[in-house]
Amino acid sequence: MSKFNWRSFLFWTLIAALLLYMTLPAIVVIMASFNPGEVLSFPPNGLSVRWYIKAVTYPDFQIAFKNGIIVAALASTLALVFGSAVALLVSRYYFTGRGLLETILSAPLIVPHFTTGFGFLLLGAHLGITQTYLIIVMAHVVLVLPFVTRAVYVSLQNIDPNLERAAANLGASPIKSLWRVTLPLMLPGMAGGWLVATILSFTEFSASLYVTASRTQTLPVAMYNYIREYTDPTIAAISALLIVITTLIMIVANRFLGLRKILAIESH
Amino acid sequence: MSIVLNKEMQAVEFVKVTKSFGPMLAVNAVSLSIRRGEFLTVLGPSGCGKSTLLNMIAGFQTQDSGEIRIEGKDVSSMPPYKRDTGMVFQNYALFPHMNVRDNVAFGLQMRKHPKHDIDTEVAKALAMVKLEGMEARKARQLSGGQQQRVALARAIAFGPKVLLLDEPLSALDKSLRSQMQVELKELHERTGLTTIFVTHDQGEALSLSDRIVVMSKGEIQQVSKPLDLYRHPANGFVASFIGEINAFPVADCIVANDHVRFAFGENITLRAPRRDGQPLKTGDKVNLFVRPEHIAVAGQPDNGDPRVTGRIVTHIYQGTHTITRVTVPALGLVELRVEGGDIIERRPVGSDVDLAIMLDNAVIIRS
Repeated sequence: MSKFNWRSFLFWTLIAALLLYMTLPAIVVIMASFNPGEVLSFPPNGLSVRWYIKAVTYPDFQIAFKNGIIVAALASTLALVFGSAVALLVSRYYFTGRGLLETILSAPLIVPHFTTGFGFLLLGAHLGITQTYLIIVMAHVVLVLPFVTRAVYVSLQNIDPNLERAAANLGASPIKSLWRVTLPLMLPGMAGGWLVATILSFTEFSASLYVTASRTQTLPVAMYNYIREYTDPTIAAISALLIVITTLIMIVANRFLGLRKILAIESH
Repeated sequence: MSIVLNKEMQAVEFVKVTKSFGPMLAVNAVSLSIRRGEFLTVLGPSGCGKSTLLNMIAGFQTQDSGEIRIEGKDVSSMPPYKRDTGMVFQNYALFPHMNVRDNVAFGLQMRKHPKHDIDTEVAKALAMVKLEGMEARKARQLSGGQQQRVALARAIAFGPKVLLLDEPLSALDKSLRSQMQVELKELHERTGLTTIFVTHDQGEALSLSDRIVVMSKGEIQQVSKPLDLYRHPANGFVASFIGEINAFPVADCIVANDHVRFAFGENITLRAPRRDGQPLKTGDKVNLFVRPEHIAVAGQPDNGDPRVTGRIVTHIYQGTHTITRVTVPALGLVELRVEGGDIIERRPVGSDVDLAIMLDNAVIIRS
């Protein structure tokens, strides 16, 4: 019989406590969403899916969900194009202003989201595009670009430089080498960056609050507007749905793309 | 299109090529001609500039001054992809997202060969490296030795003007390495490709090459056939880099009619017959280099070789032979090579021993 291992027990208790702490808000929201009563409360005093039905049939949420999908798809795809180009430039070429470009790209991590949103609101008012998807997409591109660029940059740095030399040695012009060797090897990074950008854009709130109008509001903004007027668990149900969908996407992405690689937790 | 090539034409030429990286002079005014069909090895310790030479032929690096010609044409301003050189990288650099067939076909595809031609050429190249039928495998499903072969097949499939090998055997284990050495040699004989092989392994260099270029600190020390390099090293660096050799301290020459004496300090003088073509005169200071196989434990009947007495420091038993280290006053530590393990049983460490030093084959370099 093996002796009780205190060290291992402590280690796993600590890990479990940390995991619980990290997921606690999500757990509370998911539990509250099954509450049968009219008022948001925790812990729940029953089990019901009525608020889920309300959440998916509520017209404002339906429109906002559609808006969110359109904005997220456009913003993350645009960010992917710009981000990949910039990552290629920064990782493969030396030019004056390279450092400046890197700084500008990480600026959204320093500038608060609501400042970005406010800035685009003023800009949008000046250009007369405040009621359009365009202004939201523009704001979201700025917000998600650093993440896409970073993901693509990391995957580029992980490519053995000898592969591109080998391509050139075998007769591939720079364009051909990019198309046949670099791009295929960048794809997992691009896919991962695009996915992260989509999720970030879809769930972005503080900048979106400024740049969306009632017709163009995205899901987090619609949820905020809902909770200002109603106190029933619908908001918990829609939150729970968001959590589940995002989790599923991440699991699938990890399975097929190797998220660990994209997030640079491991190399090669 | 066919061009009548001059048989005397050099495959690759360096004319006073210099390259530095910041303050570090990597290649210093190197001039070198590589003949068509030759297997030439560039040998030297790491950082001697040998890889820079190779990278400049491939076009990955550009020289600061001087000219590089491939088949007589100055390629100094030609990008790598137009140079028609086939390179095998140290880490093979196989394209991981392609199978073996697509890796080997790459160079042919870039040259827009028709598809059925490509298939034939790929099969031919794979047969050349004994990898028939492996077309569909992914690079990462292959062993190190197989990856090596695919890299070779990829580099020769499109018919390069010169094959460049950048320490391609260094990542393989010992038995595989000697097998690949044999195959490289066979491949060279079958294809007749001009081959430039870069290595720091003198054994590889001696066994594979038509000629060896020894480099140190960015400069060529000697260009010779393997046998000449071993027997007649041009200087102290080459002497100590190729094979094992004892470097004796500086000696004074005393030249007589039929012999030369080398004096080490007051007490030790070694005598050697005079050689033709060795312009030594009395008063010259020289360095003597003697290989371990040219020093023996002195036998009873004196055969005329100069003798010294020393004390045994250690025996290093190596199976076929034993390397014994002996300290000799005024000469320092001397290594000798004795077949088998006889000397260990007969002469314990710490005992005195008489050594016969055969100077006929000694390398004598004026200091």
